[in-house]
Amino acid sequence: MNSLLRFLFYAVFIRLIVLIILGLNVRHRERLPKAGPAIIVANHNSHLDTMVLMSLFPLSLLGKLHPVAAMDYFLTSRIFSWFALKVVGILPIKRTVSRGDDNPLAPCNQALGDGQLLIVFPEGSRGEPEQMQSFKGGIARLAESNPTVPVTPVFLHGLGKALPKGETVLVPFFCDVFVGEPLPWTGDRRSYMRQLDERMRQLAAEGNFPAWD
Amino acid sequence: MQLDIGLNVLRALGGLYAILVAASASVLWLRWRAPENDRTELVQRIRSWWLIVSIFSIAMIVSRNVSVAFFAFVSFLALKEYLSIVPTRRADRRVLFWAYLAIPVQYYWVAEAWYGMFIIFIPVYVFLLLPLRMVLIGETKEFLRAAGTLHWGIMTLVFGISHVAYLLVLPEASYPNAGGPGLVLFLVFLTQFNDVAQYLWGKTLGRHKIIPKVSPNKTWEGFLGGVATTTLLSLLLSGWLTPMSWRIAIAAGLLISIAGFIGDVTISALKRDIGLKDSGSMLPGHGGILDRIDSLTYTAPLFFHFVYYLYY
Repeated sequence: MNSLLRFLFYAVFIRLIVLIILGLNVRHRERLPKAGPAIIVANHNSHLDTMVLMSLFPLSLLGKLHPVAAMDYFLTSRIFSWFALKVVGILPIKRTVSRGDDNPLAPCNQALGDGQLLIVFPEGSRGEPEQMQSFKGGIARLAESNPTVPVTPVFLHGLGKALPKGETVLVPFFCDVFVGEPLPWTGDRRSYMRQLDERMRQLAAEGNFPAWD
Repeated sequence: MQLDIGLNVLRALGGLYAILVAASASVLWLRWRAPENDRTELVQRIRSWWLIVSIFSIAMIVSRNVSVAFFAFVSFLALKEYLSIVPTRRADRRVLFWAYLAIPVQYYWVAEAWYGMFIIFIPVYVFLLLPLRMVLIGETKEFLRAAGTLHWGIMTLVFGISHVAYLLVLPEASYPNAGGPGLVLFLVFLTQFNDVAQYLWGKTLGRHKIIPKVSPNKTWEGFLGGVATTTLLSLLLSGWLTPMSWRIAIAAGLLISIAGFIGDVTISALKRDIGLKDSGSMLPGHGGILDRIDSLTYTAPLFFHFVYYLYY
C-alpha cells in the first residue's frame, strides 16, 4: 500500500510538478549511475531539489532510490514522519552526534551495501536561495567507507527561485541540472573534499545564470 | 463524431504531414548521398517539428476549448522560459506568481469570446495591478527595470500569443468554410514557413547583411526571398483557408513575412542582450520555445487585427 502510494507520488504528482510546472534543462544526463550502489551529491536550496533528483532516474529504480535526510527535521510529528519515511522514502540520519553514539552514517553504509542509490546534500541545510555553502565533511567519510561506490556530483540551479526555504508558493521557473563525472575516492578526506568542491564549482561555471537579487 | 473543424482544415493538417514526410525523406537522401556530414541538428530539428505538428493537430481536432488551452500552455511555457532567462528580483517572486495567473484569466476571456475583456485585460488591468503588487512589497531598487521586463514579457508572450487563440472564436457567420481554425492554420503555417524560407534563401543567395548588430546571419536576400515566397504561398492558400480576396491575401502575405522577420530579430536582440544563443533546450534542434514562437509574437496580433478590421 505504502509502496503503491510512493510510486504514484513520484510517477504522477512529482513528475507533473517537475516536468510540466517547472521544466528541466539537464546537461550530461548520461553520467548518472544506471544501477546501485551509488551516491548522488548535490547543492541544496529547496525541498524541490530532492524531487528533481528523484525524477531524473527511471521509475524502475525508485525502490532503491533514497534521499538521505536529517532526522531532527523530518521525523518530528507522526504524520510528517510517515510521509517522509514511507512516501518520500528518506533515509533518516542524525545531524548532531553526541559522545557514545554509533556512527551516524551507519545506515547509509548499510544501504549502500544493499545496492541502494543515495541522494546526499552535503551542505546540510537549504541555506540562502541560489547560494552554495561549503560542503560538510560527512560525504568524505561516506566515500571513505565505500571507496568503490561512484559519487556523482550534480549542480542544481533555479529551484531556490521556484521554492526557497520558508516559502509556500511555488513560482514556475525552468531549472538547470548539470551532472558531473563521478569522483573516485582519493585516499584522503581533505583532498577528496577539495576535489568535490572544485568539481561543483566547475559544474556551476557551465551555466550562464541571470541575476536574481 | 462531430468535429469542430472543417474539411479544409483537416486537409491542411494532412498537408503539414506531407511536408514533414518530404523533409524526413530528403534528410535520408542527404545521408545516403553524403554520409560523412554531421546533420544531428537538422535531424533533431525535423524530429521536433514532428512532435510540434502532432500536438498542434491533436489540439486543433479535439475541440475548440482544447485548442484554446493549447495556446494557453504555449504562453505558459514561453513566459516561464522568458522569466527564467531574464534578470528578476528576489523580492518579486509573488509578483511573478500573479503574472502567471494572468494566463488562465486571459485565455478564459478567449474561450468565452469576450472581446472587450480580451483586448483590455492585459494592457490595462495587468499593466496597472502588477506594479501595485510590487509597491506593496516595497523594494524600490531596480523597480522600473523589473516592471518593464515583466510587462514586456506578458505583452508579447501572453497578450500577443492569445491573439492566435482568439482567431478560433471569431464568429463563423462571415466565413463558414474553414472558420477560425482555418485562420489559425493559415497564420501559424505562414509564420513558421516564412522563417524556414528566409533561412533557405539567405543560405543560398545571402550576401548583404541586413541587421548585423543584432543578427549577423540575416541578409537582405534571405529577407526578400522569404517575403516573396510567403506572399506567393499566402495567395495560394488564402482562398482555401480564409475569407480573403487575392488582393487582401497579398497584403496579408506581406504583413506576415515582414512582421515575422521583425519578431524574429526582436527576440534575437533580447537574447543578445542577455548573452544567450538559444533561449532554452526544450525543442532539440530549435532551442527553446521562444526561439520557435519569436516571429509569432509579432505576426499574431498584427494579422488578427488585419482580419478583424476587414471581416468582423
